[in-house]
Amino acid sequence: MATKPKLHYPNGRGRMESVRWVLAAAGVEFDEEFLETKEQLQKLQDGNHLLFQQVPMVEINGMKLVQTRSILHYIADKHHLFGKDLKERTLIDMYVEGTLDLLELLIMHPFLKPDDQQKEVANMAQKAIIRYFPVFEKVLRGHGQRFLVGNQLSLADIIQLQTILALEEKIPNILSAFPHLQEYTVKISNIPTIKKFLEPGSKKKPPPDDIYVRTVYNIFMP
Amino acid sequence: MAGKPKLHYFDARGRMEAIRWLLAAAGAEFEEKLIESSEDLDKLRYDGSLVFQQVPMVEIDGMKLVQTRAILNYIATKYDLYGKDMKERALIDMYTEGVADLGEMIMLLPLCPPDQKNTKLTLIQERATNRYLPAFENVLKSHRQDYLVGNKLSKADIHLVELLYYVEELDPSLLANFPLLKGLKTRVSNLPAVKKFLQPGSQRKLPGGEKSLERARKIFKF
Repeated sequence: MATKPKLHYPNGRGRMESVRWVLAAAGVEFDEEFLETKEQLQKLQDGNHLLFQQVPMVEINGMKLVQTRSILHYIADKHHLFGKDLKERTLIDMYVEGTLDLLELLIMHPFLKPDDQQKEVANMAQKAIIRYFPVFEKVLRGHGQRFLVGNQLSLADIIQLQTILALEEKIPNILSAFPHLQEYTVKISNIPTIKKFLEPGSKKKPPPDDIYVRTVYNIFMP
Repeated sequence: MAGKPKLHYFDARGRMEAIRWLLAAAGAEFEEKLIESSEDLDKLRYDGSLVFQQVPMVEIDGMKLVQTRAILNYIATKYDLYGKDMKERALIDMYTEGVADLGEMIMLLPLCPPDQKNTKLTLIQERATNRYLPAFENVLKSHRQDYLVGNKLSKADIHLVELLYYVEELDPSLLANFPLLKGLKTRVSNLPAVKKFLQPGSQRKLPGGEKSLERARKIFKF
């Protein structure tokens, strides 16, 4: 019997949240070991559990995988979330990479100087509305299907939904000019595994707060 | 018969160089359409050729691919440089991402404000010596095979060897204590396709100087 994947990361979103989303969407139960102190990180590093001395790290199928993208790709591969052939896989890759560029702004946001944070919300909104959302709105409008690629759920949809919901927390009306994305958001949210993840009591983490930021500084600052 | 892949970028290494290396190592001939002005970039954007309004963009097999990783993954799969199964792909991804993290630091060094350059350079040297180079040396030590994954050349080896050339350009002493990495560098460099690419007159780009940076600033407006 396979053991559950085990996630090593602080108790917050950061770079691990995408992994939580994909595992949840795939219906895979997982355990979490939360990093709270510098000593815990040191222990992982000294024990050679972290290839590049960094987290996220996921123990899965006998491997200690690090680097967010390699973790996401492995899970997607394993759970049929990467399309049916090379061309679909490549489209999914392309869409995921674009969305991750946008998500990166959200990940970094809590660590900006307070004076810069407001300006950055405007920057995120602009990037989303001008560069990213039009692409996906056009894709959905173009094929009229429920999912971005190949008429089935893929990594692209999961990361897209994660990013849209996180942006909506900061900018509630961000999808106002994108009717297809609005409908898409509702439909993907209602997929049973994802719906469960969106309910209270799941492993989905709340928006980053001061405690999370302080924990991260304590663990990772030299 | 499909035409050769066509690379759209400006005349510099930047984010396109890894793609040039991979195509070259795969023995795939390619063409380049150089972006020389901001008008050239605008034209690509207005034509709808750039999914996220950004380059690199590679026209290949009827697609206009963007996002460096998506492009590299497609090429690697096409030319059988991506391992034989999911687990090998995960390892290749993991190693590639580590290479990309150090590579990104080196690539962005010229953009550093002059008063921060020394600090940044010291950090790069420290990370190379204590984090990245040992990780890859240990992988090779652990199995004593000629290549990082599955006893076969993969994109991980090509990306790593490209990085080792940049590390050497920055500071030759950094490679001193990594005999297996030096061996990999020699071995991969001697593969006929790579050897050809390393010769003067190939499509390999030279390190950009001040002029190259100025040109990039004008084209990309930063």
